[in-house]
Amino acid sequence: MGSLLLANEAIALGAYEADVKVVSSYPGTPSTEITESASKYDSIYTEWAPNEKVALEVAIGACFSGVRSMCCMKHVGLNVAADPLFTLSYTGVNAGLVIVVADDPGMHSSQNEQDSRYYALSAHIPMLEPADSSEARDFVKIAYIISEKYDTPVIIRLTTRIAHSRSFVEPQERIEIQNKPYLKDVSKYVMMPSMARFRHLHVEKRENDLSRDISLYNTNSIVLRSQKLGIVCSGAVYQYVMEASDASVFKLGMIYPIDFDAVRTFASQVQELIVVEELEPFFEKELLSQGIQCHGKEIFGRQGEFCVSYIKQKLEGGLTTEKIKDKIPQRPPVMCAGCPHRSVFYALKKLKIKVCGDIGCYALGALEPLSSVDLCVCMGASIGMAHGFDKGNTGEGENTVAVIGDSTFLHSGINSLINSTYNNGTSTIVILDNSITAMTGHQDNPSTGITIKGQQGHKIDLYRLCLACGAGSVRVVDAYNIQEVTNALKEEISNKCVSVIIARRPCALLNKKYPPAYFIETKKCIYCKQCLAIGCPAIENLGNSVRINKELCVGCGVCTQMCKFEAIISEGK
Amino acid sequence: MVQNNLNILIVGVGGQGTLLASRILGTIALRLGLECKLSEVHGMSQRGGSVVTHVKWGKEVFSPIVCQGDADYILSFETLEAIRWSDFLKESGYIIVSNQEILPMPVITGKEVYPKDAFKKLRDKNLNVIEIDGLKLAELAGSSKAVNVVLIGMLCAKEKIELDLAKEAIKHCVKEKNLELNLIALELGYEAIEKRGI
Ligand SMILES: Cc1ncc(C[n+]2csc(CCOP(=O)(O)OP(=O)(O)O)c2C)c(N)n1
Repeated sequence: MGSLLLANEAIALGAYEADVKVVSSYPGTPSTEITESASKYDSIYTEWAPNEKVALEVAIGACFSGVRSMCCMKHVGLNVAADPLFTLSYTGVNAGLVIVVADDPGMHSSQNEQDSRYYALSAHIPMLEPADSSEARDFVKIAYIISEKYDTPVIIRLTTRIAHSRSFVEPQERIEIQNKPYLKDVSKYVMMPSMARFRHLHVEKRENDLSRDISLYNTNSIVLRSQKLGIVCSGAVYQYVMEASDASVFKLGMIYPIDFDAVRTFASQVQELIVVEELEPFFEKELLSQGIQCHGKEIFGRQGEFCVSYIKQKLEGGLTTEKIKDKIPQRPPVMCAGCPHRSVFYALKKLKIKVCGDIGCYALGALEPLSSVDLCVCMGASIGMAHGFDKGNTGEGENTVAVIGDSTFLHSGINSLINSTYNNGTSTIVILDNSITAMTGHQDNPSTGITIKGQQGHKIDLYRLCLACGAGSVRVVDAYNIQEVTNALKEEISNKCVSVIIARRPCALLNKKYPPAYFIETKKCIYCKQCLAIGCPAIENLGNSVRINKELCVGCGVCTQMCKFEAIISEGK
Repeated sequence: MVQNNLNILIVGVGGQGTLLASRILGTIALRLGLECKLSEVHGMSQRGGSVVTHVKWGKEVFSPIVCQGDADYILSFETLEAIRWSDFLKESGYIIVSNQEILPMPVITGKEVYPKDAFKKLRDKNLNVIEIDGLKLAELAGSSKAVNVVLIGMLCAKEKIELDLAKEAIKHCVKEKNLELNLIALELGYEAIEKRGI
């Protein structure tokens, strides 16, 4: 029976129906649910790898060994996996290999808006982009056929609005694929210069072959309507265009390589050709390079997401109809009540420490009232940046620490820690160990030792790991204890070696058996507002008094450390 | 009964159950024999930020996103969020607002103030506003978390969708242990509209 699936779930269904045997990924919004759904199928071995590079390498090994494999990530994850990606393009595959990458125009949950289509272009890897969930499932199957026929990895590109939208999908019959024998072939699988030169020829030939064959796969489609205007588009934008205009539409399903002949024929049937695409002018430049006249980014912007009304207004050239917004308070995301990161950031702020931040829930430490994160670039960057401040010799390093989550530390922080100890650094690193990958929706990781299938694996001991990496001092503190965190910070900053403070407490959303909530005894409270300084969403400022919202309070008790008047009392007392 | 396209926006604060609400509405659409697309929010803004989920029903649905001025219904689980998203309502549309107030961080830190006259603000825009103490009804049903289902009950009553069909959809989407209270919440919402005769 059919149901409404996220495109992410439909990709997993496609993997199941196409008899994919191995999925290795690292979580990242908006791609995470693909791997989570894949893990529900018994026939698919699924795992969380510590980062995208490792994940892709696992998928490469699996496909060489003879089974279909898949690797999923968000757009910036492909940067991490880019090294194996570019050479995988040369080796090609044995059984099929599909990489799913989810872009995030509008940056709902990302640090940049990069356009993954350029990876397809520069690595010469075919790329498909579905426009709804059913197509997402279909494209997975087509991708494996192409992968095996042309001896190439294939990338499926999603954007947030496809990945996280539900539409109807009817399951289809599952095929069973014979494992392909692995045959030793150094000319194909060992990429050293002499072999790689030869494989580079293969890359060019297969791309030419596929370019000629694109129409065989029925991934593109044409809707002939008005002859005045023809629009070239793909993915979510196709859905917007269909509502926004009565133009004829050329919907690209295979977005690299592009079927130029088909687009040229389409162009000859309409008076004007416009490319509507989010982010970069990728199609536009490709078409222009082939002498296909079109317009695109002179009409449409490169920023953010499109929607029906934006496209309509741009095509009709009318004035912006955006209404004046009410002046009302913003509602930025916040650390949850009971979040163990909060108290650490409060301690850092009190000590006026510069914080090289990292990516995870704790990036919210940059927002008011904690406002203590100074820098945030990409996953794992905090430790390297702190070392750079240290070695910059400007004295700026002295009061600087790196703050990084457990998952992020294991993703790409370890290498930086090794760099700091090897190069005689002196930085202080705080690992916020909430024992989960929280930001992306609570995935286990090597520090929990539980696999995605719920099995027990080896649990990495962060303490011993940091010692083994050469840290001169490693200590574990209770993240909820502001005084203990403060003391540790003071001591370790003055230590002339690389030191690591592991601030430990599980994410408050993990164990829902909370202690009783707290309340404020109004007789004792003098409305000094100290408790508000930690920015807990459960503590509300009523203008002349403070109240704890017992619906939100999870009884962590961090706020009691803020109150000099002992006015914050547990309901359990 | 729903004849044509129906665009619904579900708005609230991360963690208030917008995802379950949209899934129930999706199931109702399928049972009505309509095409349906839902667009959800996962990730960053689920951490207590402002969240919006789009639901589109119709004979043929392309975009999964509801545009400004194009919503037939806005279901809002929180008052401030109702104002924030009210521009999305059609002139003929209804905004059903549970009058709960959840203070955002800039208000907690004292940088900004929570609007005192929120409902007046909404009515001044000439919108069809239906105010409800959703929290009270949800608690009556057995859990403060069921505000989402109360509001779905109201929407179903307004659209004259059979209560039994909506109940089937709830059974399909809700865990067994929470089923009873959600069915009650649905009925309470449904009755709230019928009683008002709107
Ligand atoms: C290269 C890359 N991969 C994935 C992500 C998505 N992502 C953002 S934060 C995060 C993990 C955060 O986990 P952790 O460091 O444990 O911090 P927490 O959220 O638990 O506080 C991930 C996977 C990303 N931003 N960049």
